[in-house]
Amino acid sequence: MKPRAKVHPWLMLGPSLAAWTLFVFVPLGLAAYESLFAWDMLTDPVYVGGANYAAIAENGELGRILARTLGYSVLVVSGAMVLGLALALLLDRPGRFFAFVRGAIFSAYVVSWVAVALLWVLLLDPDRGVAASLLRALHLPRVGFLTDPRAALITLAGVTIWKITGYAMVVFLSGLRAVPRSLHEAAALDGANALQRFRWVTWPLLKPTAAFVATTSLIVSFQAFDVVRIMTGGGPARATTIFVYAIYEQVFMNLSVGKASALGVVYVGVLCVLAAAQLRAWRSRGARA
Amino acid sequence: MKRGPAFVPTVLAALASAIWVLPYAWMVMTSLKPLDEIAQDPTALPKRPQLAAYREVLELVPVGRYLLVSVAVATVIGLLQLALALPAGYALAKLRFVGKKTAFALVMACLLVPAQVTFVSVFLMFSKVSLTNSFSALVLPFAASALGTFLVRQALLGVPDEIIEAARLDGASELTIIYRILAPLLRPTLVSLFLVSFVFHYSDYFWPLVMTTDDTVRTLPLGIALLKEPGSGVRWHVVMAGNVILSLPVLALFALAQKHLIRGIGRS
Repeated sequence: MKPRAKVHPWLMLGPSLAAWTLFVFVPLGLAAYESLFAWDMLTDPVYVGGANYAAIAENGELGRILARTLGYSVLVVSGAMVLGLALALLLDRPGRFFAFVRGAIFSAYVVSWVAVALLWVLLLDPDRGVAASLLRALHLPRVGFLTDPRAALITLAGVTIWKITGYAMVVFLSGLRAVPRSLHEAAALDGANALQRFRWVTWPLLKPTAAFVATTSLIVSFQAFDVVRIMTGGGPARATTIFVYAIYEQVFMNLSVGKASALGVVYVGVLCVLAAAQLRAWRSRGARA
Repeated sequence: MKRGPAFVPTVLAALASAIWVLPYAWMVMTSLKPLDEIAQDPTALPKRPQLAAYREVLELVPVGRYLLVSVAVATVIGLLQLALALPAGYALAKLRFVGKKTAFALVMACLLVPAQVTFVSVFLMFSKVSLTNSFSALVLPFAASALGTFLVRQALLGVPDEIIEAARLDGASELTIIYRILAPLLRPTLVSLFLVSFVFHYSDYFWPLVMTTDDTVRTLPLGIALLKEPGSGVRWHVVMAGNVILSLPVLALFALAQKHLIRGIGRS
């Protein structure tokens, strides 16, 4: 429609654009600028050119942070998607019992990350935790869920999956409900069993939903911070220092705004690459369909 | 035969719900135990249930004040987001103007830049005007929501132009059209948006952690997380009591508004 006056659209967008300029675009530009300075927030900043980038890449630490973040993301996204879809298929049934189970699983998504992280730190405590006594009862060896560098990141991914699977389930449920019943009935008449009906009827129609769940849980996993800060503090032996925690650590423990900003710039770059890749995957899939 | 197929799903569903419900049950149980009982057997039911841990939380943490700050922050953010997303979404969905594509691209770009990248600069900006440790520092950066704007736009695309044209003929101003005529039509979307935003910001840990350096506007998640700081030896029953206090408000809200929340998430 035609606006009544030429300035109207910009007046309507104005407050939002002003807020984003002030709190997103300008800070992003400032971060890029500050990444070229060495600054501890106490003395004056000193221009150092690309030295901050060289410093964070030193000894391959940047590569390791990236690898940890990606590894954690892959676990979280695939875990939440598979579990969420399985639970949606299992629980898409009438009745109060199934409604209760759906609500119970989804409630973890509503409860704060702090509460979830604190709860699981104690459940997984190596001496007195419930997980430890379970392992003892089953005569299995001790696992340092949060103290073994090989296990800690997987543990954090597991807790994250526990927290967000309810979200994936709810999105898949709404996707499932959009699949027309008549299609299922027709396929059943043609003699397709449950597995074939899922493969050839449900899944093709569910693909956009799956892509949406993948994107959103990827974003969540890339922004993970609370579980790291509360459960491991980035340890043991930096095994759980993933991107956001690494930025936080540079500011609050190393007092280095420059290095934190450099990490932030790299982080946004990685996000852009991932978003572009996802967009391309979407488009090529759309072209084929 | 008829009960056969439903039996397996019921058992599986019961198992699944155990994975999600038992940790909560353990949390409540632990909060009711004295410390020596926890040390003996972390999985046993409390022999002498007591509320001492809750009393201790209330002594250590000004729960009332922190809760008030958390609720106020989350409410004001939610309302501001609706107030700003409505006109912005209206312009993007309904009006023709030069630069619309650019404006829309800017909104989508904001979705890509998380707070975890901007917080250092935003913190420095706020400290220049002495606004760290203020309500504004917790609220203003989230006043405009890219996701909210996008969803309002999507919802408005489904509203016929005739409604707007008729209102214009009746002499309604654009503001009246947006807030008085279209907003009520979008009620389900707006309620869901508000709830999703409320739940997120009530629970947010990162932003209040990095924006505040003292007690002035501390939020409840921060206060509760402080119960488990290293050094003092973790007092499990106290931490779990704090957890129960932190989780109850959102779980109550969830129980009351489950439908809206789920619809908000399912549709987005």
